[in-house]
Amino acid sequence: MPAIEILGLEKTYMVGFWRKRPKCALSPLHLTVEDGEIFGFLGPNGAGKTTTLKMLMGLVFPTAGSARILGQDWTDPQVKAQIGFLPEQPYFYDHLTAHELLNYYAQLSGVSGKERSRRVEAMLQRVGLPDVKGVQLRKFSKGMLQRVGIAQAILHDPKLVFFDEPMSGLDPMGRREVRDLMEQLKHEGKTVFFSTHILSDAEALCDRVAIIHKGQLRGVGAVADLTSSVQGKVEVIWQGTQVPASIKALGAECHVTGDTVRAMIDENQQDAAIDALRRERLRLIAIIPVRTSLEAYFVEKLQRAETTAGRMA
Amino acid sequence: MKARVVHIASNTFREAVRDRVLYNLIAFAVLLSGAAILVGQISIDIEKLVVINLGLTAVSLFGLVIAIFIGIGLVSKEIEKRTLYTVLSRPVRRWEFIVGKFFGLAGTLVVNTFFMAIGVFAALFYVSHKFVRADALILIALYFIVLEFLIICSLALLFSSFSSPLLSAVFAFSLFVIGSFAEDLRGFAGMAHGLTRWLVTGAAYLVPNFSAFNVIGSIAHEQPVAAQLVWHNTLYALFYAAMALSGAVLIFEYRNLK
Amino acid sequence: MKQRRKTSIVAGACIVFSLAASAVILHRTDQLRPQATIEDVLFVSSPKVLKRASLGYDGLLADIYWTRAVQYFGSKHYNNAQSYNLLFPLLEITTHLDPHLVVAYEFGASFLAPPPPNGAGQPERAIQLMEYGIQNNPDDWKLYYDLGFVYYMNLKDYKKASEAFARGSKVPDAHPFLRLLAAQMAEHADEYDTSRMLWTTTYQNTEDREIRANAVEHLRSLRVDEDVTHLQEAVTYFGKRTGRLPASMTELVAAERLPGVPVDPDGNPYELTAEGRIEVRVPSDFSFATKGLPPGYQPVTKFHDLQP
Repeated sequence: MPAIEILGLEKTYMVGFWRKRPKCALSPLHLTVEDGEIFGFLGPNGAGKTTTLKMLMGLVFPTAGSARILGQDWTDPQVKAQIGFLPEQPYFYDHLTAHELLNYYAQLSGVSGKERSRRVEAMLQRVGLPDVKGVQLRKFSKGMLQRVGIAQAILHDPKLVFFDEPMSGLDPMGRREVRDLMEQLKHEGKTVFFSTHILSDAEALCDRVAIIHKGQLRGVGAVADLTSSVQGKVEVIWQGTQVPASIKALGAECHVTGDTVRAMIDENQQDAAIDALRRERLRLIAIIPVRTSLEAYFVEKLQRAETTAGRMA
Repeated sequence: MKARVVHIASNTFREAVRDRVLYNLIAFAVLLSGAAILVGQISIDIEKLVVINLGLTAVSLFGLVIAIFIGIGLVSKEIEKRTLYTVLSRPVRRWEFIVGKFFGLAGTLVVNTFFMAIGVFAALFYVSHKFVRADALILIALYFIVLEFLIICSLALLFSSFSSPLLSAVFAFSLFVIGSFAEDLRGFAGMAHGLTRWLVTGAAYLVPNFSAFNVIGSIAHEQPVAAQLVWHNTLYALFYAAMALSGAVLIFEYRNLK
Repeated sequence: MKQRRKTSIVAGACIVFSLAASAVILHRTDQLRPQATIEDVLFVSSPKVLKRASLGYDGLLADIYWTRAVQYFGSKHYNNAQSYNLLFPLLEITTHLDPHLVVAYEFGASFLAPPPPNGAGQPERAIQLMEYGIQNNPDDWKLYYDLGFVYYMNLKDYKKASEAFARGSKVPDAHPFLRLLAAQMAEHADEYDTSRMLWTTTYQNTEDREIRANAVEHLRSLRVDEDVTHLQEAVTYFGKRTGRLPASMTELVAAERLPGVPVDPDGNPYELTAEGRIEVRVPSDFSFATKGLPPGYQPVTKFHDLQP
């Protein structure tokens, strides 16, 4: 059973002084997220990612379409007990402590009394906030707030977690920790759906991604598929500063950086290059298949969309 | 379901109580009661009168400010600051949120009024050196003041459910002023004809009517308050607050939280 | 979505029910405390203090006090009250807040001066109010008229009435009647025609419903007084001629060659009693009649409202 099935969710706002002009925030979206995967929802700012998430959370009402979450209708209140949500740049009640806040959320999620304090402590440990007893949330840094946000999203042990820009405002250490956490969640059998505009994160984490731009879906698929080697090239790296003649003869581009040389050669010439290096007794460091980065794919997709739109206009 | 409402209410209460603005206002009100003593000393005979009048008016006005301040924060601020999203993504119904907020705020106001009232009674004891039976009337006046607060809260919540914090505060305050003159509004209606009469009469019943709640003047002169009036006012406050609250629930049910 | 609809229906029903309930309770509460606001209000009865406290919103506050004065008088009058001691303070405050609210002075003239239950029975207060009004609106002839009216109608001081009318007649754009009335006071003060002229002028020169209704009632009663006087004279004359009382109205009509069976302003024929008195059929319909009433009759106020 898929974790999320989005069936034509659509949102049009009426804007303008007299509220007569329609503005489409999301064109009818059809998307499926499988159970147990980490799914990335990518797109530039204003693409419709947050709108989609808010509709799934029941914060915004769609103009058309529906969705099923964990096999149930998305408006069913009981579904909410099994999902967690981290909104973008969350903000919490200034005057509560982290413990009080999480305790409150646990109460609302139906976690029983005895379990509650145990869970709250465990969560705070897990997100890396062990020493915050008695400190009011208004004294927390942005990174700390983000961690609290994650804590509240997972403390009731939901099967499906929604993160909206989870890395925003975090330093590289923090981002690493969040990434690790998301991996852990996946290992625990949870499904993670997160939106972001930072492609490197998506590349590292996601099983599948969807790319959305100006309210329209531009592409869906496994990261590996989307970024499969299209150029058919490999990068060969070896120690030293020598470039064997045979390799040069292959017409490769070679760069010398410090004590290493990098050469870009065709895939089918890979073996020839390795032989050449062995003959010259040069130490091979690595052979890396050159993949289109997700970024390149992204940019290309979006550019194509722009030109299509331009031609149609 | 009820449990969630209670949790939301107690959370609201806790958040409100920690907000330092509250303390400032309470302190101010208590200070005013103290000032009343000074003012009263200017003319010995009416010391007690001034303490009661000034003290209770201070409780009423400051409580009003608190009611509006916090009342607005209930929904408007939550939406602006997005604390609401994490709450509503849980198995919480929207109406539970509104109702819980209301009770949390009501509780806060009752506690506030209690502390401010202590200030008034302390000032009273200071000038009279004893309590008389008639002083129990002050409790009735305070009770009516709390009823007024409940109505204002429900209105603040109603406006918060669709309007920005600033506008909500303005509307709530305006309705307080209009409500204080609602009886005159009905008088105007009586003198008008035709369509105007219907419209004004309708408006006069729609706005909160506070005229019957203000007994500060009469109890300062130690005039008794009819038991029936207490009963009537209680019912009116309950029904009016229920109406405003239902309105808030209804509006909030359909609101897109952008 | 089903949940949403269910909640909406419950909320909607609650709104309607609560609104109705609160309106009903409000209505009942009003009846509990008819005077309460007025009394509360007059805890601050000094006009000067009030003016300062009104923070510049005098006009609005004046309107509010004016409304209250009207409500106060109206509800008491409806219940046949015998005292209206708050009327003057209310009007005093109103006019201090807005000295140019002419209708308040007119109201005072009409309802402060007459004796209860039709007024507060305080003609000197009415005079005081009118003089204040004239001081602040020296070019409004109506105020002089009202002043003269009070002297004439309630104090029977025809000299002062004449002076007031004379003062008023000097105002530019004054009603031409004022000069006439000033003169009339001197010679024909006591006559029905003069009274009728005054009440008609009052009626024609005000927009206020209460004042008009009052004027109409006086005119009706005046007519009854006049008719009864004439009819009584006819009975006396008949008696002188025939040495006995007429047996019936019909006989009187025929004998004195009256144009027809005389009827009162309501259309009911006047009645001739066995003792030879002319009486009105329904005395309570004519609040201010002094003639044609059965002996020992206590007048009761029953206004014929000019309801739309």
